[in-house]
Amino acid sequence: MNWQAILLTVRLATTVCALLLVIALPLAYWISFFNRRWRFLVEAVIALPLVLPPTVLGYYMLVAFSPHSFLGRLADSLFSVRLAFSFPGLVLASVIYSLPFAVQPVANAFSAVDSRLLHAAAVLGASRWRCFRTIILPLSKAGILTGAVLTFAHTVGEFGVVLMVGGNIQGATQTISIAIYDDVQALNYASAARTSALLLLFSFVALAVVYALNRRSSILWSTARSA
Amino acid sequence: MRLVLPLVGVMLCSLPATAQQRLTVAAAADLQQVMPQIVSRFEKECACAVKVAFGSSGNFFAQIQNGAPFDAFFSADDEYPRKIADAGLAVRSSLYQYATGKIVLWVPKQSRVDLSKGLNVVAEPSVTKLAIANPAHAPYGRAAEAALRNAGLWQKVSSKLVLGENISQTASFAETGAADAAIIALSLAITPESKARGSYIEISHNLYPPLRQTCVVLNRSTQKELAGKFIDFLKTGNIRLLLQSYGFSTGDMQ
Repeated sequence: MNWQAILLTVRLATTVCALLLVIALPLAYWISFFNRRWRFLVEAVIALPLVLPPTVLGYYMLVAFSPHSFLGRLADSLFSVRLAFSFPGLVLASVIYSLPFAVQPVANAFSAVDSRLLHAAAVLGASRWRCFRTIILPLSKAGILTGAVLTFAHTVGEFGVVLMVGGNIQGATQTISIAIYDDVQALNYASAARTSALLLLFSFVALAVVYALNRRSSILWSTARSA
Repeated sequence: MRLVLPLVGVMLCSLPATAQQRLTVAAAADLQQVMPQIVSRFEKECACAVKVAFGSSGNFFAQIQNGAPFDAFFSADDEYPRKIADAGLAVRSSLYQYATGKIVLWVPKQSRVDLSKGLNVVAEPSVTKLAIANPAHAPYGRAAEAALRNAGLWQKVSSKLVLGENISQTASFAETGAADAAIIALSLAITPESKARGSYIEISHNLYPPLRQTCVVLNRSTQKELAGKFIDFLKTGNIRLLLQSYGFSTGDMQ
C-alpha cells in the first residue's frame, strides 16, 4: 500500500474541504436568499465542473498555471508559489473541481429553512447575521455536513485533472488515484487491488454517511444525483 | 420519422459491406508526428484503413497483456515487444526494429534557461521544474533518467522532476510553459510547430542506452497478414527516409 499517496490525498482532501466550506457558505447564502436577476448564471457557473470533462479543466489549469500566464505570475509575486505541478496548484484545481459538491447541498439546505422563522426573527429585531447564526446554520447542519463529506470524497476520487496538472510527484502531487493508475500500468495488480479496495470501502462509507445524515430530509436527492 | 428510421437502418447495415480492411495499431507517443504520415502513405497502397492509438509503451504493454484488440504494437523500446512475444501474445518472427530514438533537452521560447551550457543547465536555479516521461512505463522516461544519472545530475534534479504520462504529455508540460524544461523525444522536438515554440539540444547518446524502437504483430489480430505488410512497409527506403527526417536513425537494422 502506498501510504505516502494516501496521506497526501487525505491532506489534499482536508485542505480542499476546509477551504470550500469557507467559500460555500457565503455563496450558498447568496444563492438562497438573494433573488437577483442573474442568479441562474452564477448557479450555472458553479455547476460547470459537474458537466465539464476533467480534460477541459485540466487544459485550462495547465495553461493558467504556467509562470508566463497572469495567474501563474500573480501566485508567484503574491505568495511566491509555483502553481504548476505543486500541492498548492492541486488544491486550487480541486477547489474549482469540487465547488458544486460543496455549494449545492448547502444552498439546498438554506433554501429549505422555513421562511416564516426568518420573518418572525426579523420582526423581533434580529440582524441578518444573528438569523444566519441562530436559525439558518443550525437548521442546515445536515446539508453542510453533506457538502463537506461529498467534497472530501470527490477530491479523494479526483483523477483526470490531477493526471493533467499534477506531474505525478511522490509526496507532492501523486494522489491515491494516480498511484493506482501507475500500479495498473506497471502490472502491480496486487498493490492496485489493495488500494482500490480501500478506496471502494471509503467511498461506500462516505456515501452511507451522506445518506444517513439526510434520512429525514429531501436535500439528499438533488445532491446524490449530482454526485 | 417512420420513413427515416428504416433508412438509417439500411445505411447502417450497408456499412460493413463497403468498409475496407481495418488495422488498429498501438504506437508509442514519440511517433505522434511521424506515424500519421506513414499511415496515410500506407493507406494509399493497401486500400485499407489504419487507426493509431498513441500512448506510453508501458501502458500498451499492460493493455495488450489484458487482451487489448490491437493488430500491431510499435514500442519505443525492444523490451516490451520481446516480453509480449515471450508471453506468446505476439508473432515472434515479426519483431522488427524500425528506428532508434534520441532524446533532447527542450525549453520553451520565453525561457531564461541557457541551453548553451548543455545538459548541466537543468541543475541550475533557472530550472525549477524539469519534465520527463514516467520511467515506470515510458522508455523515453527511462532514457531521460539514465542520461541524468550518467551525467551525475540525478540527485540534483530529483526534487524538480515532473513525470509525464507519456512522452507527448511531457512535451506539452514544457510547451505550455508549466515546466521550465523537458527531456523529450527528438522526433517531437524536430517538427516546425515545436521549433516555433522552443529550442532544444541533443543529449549525447553515450549517456543513455539506445532506444531500440521495435514493433511486432500481435497474435490476437485477425489481420496478421495486413499487419505484417504494414511492418514490411516500414522497411522500405522512403519510410526510412521519412523516419530519418524526424530525427530517428534507421541504420543497421536487422
